[in-house]
Amino acid sequence: MEYKGIWTIAEAYEGDLKAVSFELLSRGRKLADELSEELVSVLIGGKVARERLEELIKRGADRVIVIEDEKLDRFIVETYSNALIDLIKDRKPEIILSAATVNGRTLMPHVAMKIHAGLTADCTELGVEEDTRNLLQTRPAIGGNILATIKSPDSRPQMATVRPKSSRPLEIDESREGVIERIPFKAELYDQRVTHLETISGGDEDVNIQESEIVVSGGKGMKKIDHFKMLYDLAHKMGGVVGASRDAVDRGWAKYPHQVGLSGKTVTPSVYFAFGISGAIQHLAGMKTADTIISVNTDEEAAIFQVSDFGIVGDLFEVLPLLNEKLEKEVK
Amino acid sequence: MNLIVPIKQVPETSNVKMDPETGTMIRDGVESIINPLDLYAIEIAIQLKETHGGKVTAVTMGPPSADKALREAIAMGCDDGVLVSDRQFAGADTWSTAYVLVKAIEKIGAVDLIIAGERATDGDTGQVGPNIAAAMDLPLATYVSAVDGVEQDAVTVQRLTEEGYEKLRLPLPALLTVVKEISYPRLPTLRGKQRAAKTEIPTFTVADLDVEAGYLGLKGSPTRVVKIETPKVTRGGKIFKVTDEESLHEAVDSLIAFMKTKEII
Ligand SMILES: Cc1cc2nc3c(=O)[nH]c(=O)nc-3n(C[C@H](O)[C@H](O)[C@H](O)COP(=O)(O)OP(=O)(O)OC[C@H]3O[C@@H](n4cnc5c(N)ncnc54)[C@H](O)[C@@H]3O)c2cc1C
Ligand SMILES: Nc1ncnc2c1ncn2[C@@H]1O[C@H](COP(=O)(O)O)[C@@H](O)[C@H]1O
Repeated sequence: MEYKGIWTIAEAYEGDLKAVSFELLSRGRKLADELSEELVSVLIGGKVARERLEELIKRGADRVIVIEDEKLDRFIVETYSNALIDLIKDRKPEIILSAATVNGRTLMPHVAMKIHAGLTADCTELGVEEDTRNLLQTRPAIGGNILATIKSPDSRPQMATVRPKSSRPLEIDESREGVIERIPFKAELYDQRVTHLETISGGDEDVNIQESEIVVSGGKGMKKIDHFKMLYDLAHKMGGVVGASRDAVDRGWAKYPHQVGLSGKTVTPSVYFAFGISGAIQHLAGMKTADTIISVNTDEEAAIFQVSDFGIVGDLFEVLPLLNEKLEKEVK
Repeated sequence: MNLIVPIKQVPETSNVKMDPETGTMIRDGVESIINPLDLYAIEIAIQLKETHGGKVTAVTMGPPSADKALREAIAMGCDDGVLVSDRQFAGADTWSTAYVLVKAIEKIGAVDLIIAGERATDGDTGQVGPNIAAAMDLPLATYVSAVDGVEQDAVTVQRLTEEGYEKLRLPLPALLTVVKEISYPRLPTLRGKQRAAKTEIPTFTVADLDVEAGYLGLKGSPTRVVKIETPKVTRGGKIFKVTDEESLHEAVDSLIAFMKTKEII
């Protein structure tokens, strides 16, 4: 039996699709075009309205498969895994991409183990090997010091997770057409063992640094938590949010959800500011895809300058207050 | 309560030096340590044992020298260690690693709770924990940040998500992967170290485990590494140097002008 088609796994939260669902489609579209295959967006549960499902098509999908049932309202990996495996066995996709979110990173290894498929985590680049049509999956490893390219030559489907925000959704194309297919959930796939008791939302409204177009980050060079006020000041002027390097987070100057980098979040904002951040490879891994990078550092040799579009070699304690002061006048 | 903690020995990578010629890691003088994120799994396992009784067994698949990681885990307070080691296991990806660990765990005997780290700092995949749960058909909770309660036959945990937290109840036996928030790892004690030195650590080889040869090592791994590169990034933007009051104003004014061209302000 031949394996055909590219699948991306959509994710929903509180009745709406998460942005990663669209980001994955832009990855999937490229592969589907190269391989001349159908691109399918698969949504398990989620209770998503029809017009949002249509947006999946307008942003790249040829087909949307939705498995809906009230038993799928919450992400319970055992049940989701059963549902996905059942669909895989029926349709035999060649490639499955999921977001490297907490749920994607839970579901994919669960499925891959059971169906004996190769799975590559946290890919930053995906391509196709010409002669074999194998998926080439590139990912950072050893703390971002190397990029490894991985393939799964003999097992199908080929599975990969992709970091959220590492690609942009395609623009809406109203002329695109596709099929929305609803599949009933088979009762025997419901695993009743784990119970979801409660959801507690994060609270900190400023926390989602991945959604913002402007991220103003500080590193160890900020010296103390009090100085982060200057970053918030700058960020608020532009409607942005505050990020931080791991060193700053480890010192307690910012909370973990603000951490940018390999072991934090990947951000792809229009503008990324780096104040007192050296530009370690693990930090770059989380922000180097920003459109514009602006940095201030006293050390001329700091690696951050190599990825910067605009750099100031200088003391942030002089530059940042003056910038805030001058911007204040500009805004008025 | 029988607890099992799968731990991995990894190179101390916080200061990795890369060979620019070959793109490989310079291993000379690089120390091997317990995967830092596994220390949190060890700590919470020891805490659960301390409150609910039972014992903690650390298990690792790796070269014979990984025995050191197990002794460290025992020095922290684990009761036993099991080394899973055989040349045929070499080159295993996460699928094959999990396959062998499952066989080893089954040989160790009855287990109530398996606690793995969130991910290993070398491979950095975070797949082995969920893999083991899938293969053993155990209820799974990943990214666990707190264990709220343990009953006779179930455990209640908090799991970190992008949006906040969720609380789950899992019947035992079950598998958890844990994040840093869960605990603060203790240091090995002197008495622990003395005990660790004396503890006998069994080694499970292919001959001891009910494994299929085709599922082992590189040959049993669905994934293949085909290329390794060292990433290079440069943008070559404008760089201003601040030397005095005047150049400071000049730099900041240019920055504001730049921000305007980019329509940031
Ligand atoms: C497996 C692994 C994962 C990691 N994940 C991450 C991650 O997700 N995110 C992350 O950020 N790091 C991560 N790191 C850590 C990373 O290697 C660096 O240690 C960290 O990014 C450094 O943070 P920093 O730039 O704030 O500090 P430093 O490297 O100490 O840099 C501080 C900079 O501030 C400058 N400075 C000092 N004073 C001033 C001043 N007055 N004005 C202007 N500049 C000043 C200095 O010149 C210096 O360049 C990871 C490491 C490992 C091994
Ligand atoms: N070789 C191994 N031996 C024992 N446990 C392992 C091994 N590899 C991974 N693990 C466990 O699985 C977790 C995730 O590892 P990884 O999937 O490699 O990122 C680790 O934190 C360990 O708890």
